[in-house]
Amino acid sequence: MAQLEVDLHQRRKERPAIIRFLRQWDLQLMVIPAFILIVIFFYLPMYGTITAFQDYNIFKGISGSPWVGFKHFERFFNDPVFGRVMRNTLVISFLKLFICFPAPILLALMLNEVRSRYFKRIVQTISYLPHFLSWVIVSGLAMSILSTENGSLNMLLQSVNLIDEPVGWLNMPEHFWSILISANVWKEIGFGSIVYLAAIAGVDPSLYEAASMDGASRFKQMFVVTLPTIMPVIIIFFILAVGNLLTAGFEDILLIGSDPVLRPVADVLETYVYRMGIESQRFSYATAVGLFKAVVSVSLLTIANLLARRSGNSLW
Amino acid sequence: MRLSYGDRFFTGFIYTFLVLLSVTCLYPFWNAVVVSFNEGMDTALGGVTVWPRAFTLENYEIVFQDSRILHAFLVSVLRTIVGTASAILCTAIFAFGMTRSELVGRKFYMVACIITMYFSGGLIPTFLLIRSLHLFDSFWVFIIPSLISVWNMIVFRTFFLGLPAGLDESARIDGCGYWGTFFRIVLPLSGPVIATLALFTAISHWNDWFMPSIYINNENLIPIQTKLQQILNSNIMTEQMQQLDSAAQARLSAMKTITGKSLSMATMMVATLPIICVYPFVQRYFVKGVLVGAVKG
Repeated sequence: MAQLEVDLHQRRKERPAIIRFLRQWDLQLMVIPAFILIVIFFYLPMYGTITAFQDYNIFKGISGSPWVGFKHFERFFNDPVFGRVMRNTLVISFLKLFICFPAPILLALMLNEVRSRYFKRIVQTISYLPHFLSWVIVSGLAMSILSTENGSLNMLLQSVNLIDEPVGWLNMPEHFWSILISANVWKEIGFGSIVYLAAIAGVDPSLYEAASMDGASRFKQMFVVTLPTIMPVIIIFFILAVGNLLTAGFEDILLIGSDPVLRPVADVLETYVYRMGIESQRFSYATAVGLFKAVVSVSLLTIANLLARRSGNSLW
Repeated sequence: MRLSYGDRFFTGFIYTFLVLLSVTCLYPFWNAVVVSFNEGMDTALGGVTVWPRAFTLENYEIVFQDSRILHAFLVSVLRTIVGTASAILCTAIFAFGMTRSELVGRKFYMVACIITMYFSGGLIPTFLLIRSLHLFDSFWVFIIPSLISVWNMIVFRTFFLGLPAGLDESARIDGCGYWGTFFRIVLPLSGPVIATLALFTAISHWNDWFMPSIYINNENLIPIQTKLQQILNSNIMTEQMQQLDSAAQARLSAMKTITGKSLSMATMMVATLPIICVYPFVQRYFVKGVLVGAVKG
């Protein structure tokens, strides 16, 4: 059998690639149409980013539009909006990295302590639900709960006398970040915990026995056994999260922060690209902002991976 | 095993926390259900929380009588069915081709696919592309760009590679070509992975509101989520209007027994209905599916 495979392998090597390609036309037919779609919908837009260096004219297309070099980048960096957008992007991304990222890990650690399978199942089922709702629904729920007109939060706070008058939470810039982060945690905490629970399930039970023999409390065991064992999984997901650091969010910010009053705190790179490009039709300028974001993101991902490689875990 | 006091406190804290978390996760949704079944004017008086006070089906009657909402719902159903079936089939065929070691150019295809997971052209170039492909205001804009998902291809491929190699050989001996092997042997054996990926694809099709909001102007092609977003948006505007002008507010509320809030909650429930129906039954599949995805991530 092994000998046969070696023979086949050698014979295949002898034939030129083009002959082999034509002979397997039925196999290539499975791959090529899909590959063409990938080229059209993923690679053509990459080529399209060169409009960032042009004054793109929709009627002349990429080949006919004049080149302007780094004009749009310079304009963006000198725009007073630049500081605001960068601050919001960084603040929201870091809040997400330090709150939305660890939240599912904490939930998984807690669920792991639950001995009743029934209870665990119920909590999981309920906490997965929000993940499957669209951001439109989630923003609608947020509006309803936080509304001044009989929103549940205002009713609750009034009934315990914390506030006298209903507060218009959604129109107040100082509350936007906390609302946004809460909504994100609410939506993804349960679903995000699945991978960590799976990693925890792989922990060798004898480690817990050994730890409890040595007198570790349940709380201590969480730190000396569970957490170190799932660390590789945490690190991989952390790298991915860092790579997305400048992707503060799009749908959530666009929907929850749609009120113009919130613009000073809600404008991030992506929503800015959307407003400039789609709403104001400043295509080249918006593409330049998007390209700037992509370049910084890739650099962050590379740096994060380098750091992770030092610790022995990396993506590539 | 007896628990120490510290452990008991620890466990008690965790159970309390998890109960609170479950309540927090469920309440906003439950409250919306309750409001959608409560009379609008009664809701406006306040205090409707966990049970409808003045039960009515009025809100739903209005929603179902509104032909635009019903139409949007049907657009969503059509898009989800056609989009999911075609995307899963195309991606699975692609993935099967990519499992064959004799495929000429396999490495090149794979690298080209993986690059797309790290880099993308971004919103504006994609927008301009869709525009120049004449997919604007076309139903196909929902289907064609999402036919191939690189991520799903990798999950499929991993699953196919896990199938016993002998199956493929025996199919070959019995005279099956690549397509025959795929449709007769591989596809029937891939139930779990198809179910999982189909569920995720269906949900992303169902929940998408953004693509239609930028690519579709034709009222007849707007899906339910985008419609809902428009309704919710106009609600903010009336809410603001009401806060500004008390005379207008009085007139508005005298005109309707159904408030904007009760109506939008009912629309929200209609837009969530399919997910709520499907979700409990497929839960065990998606847990598995997330893991398949995560392991190869």
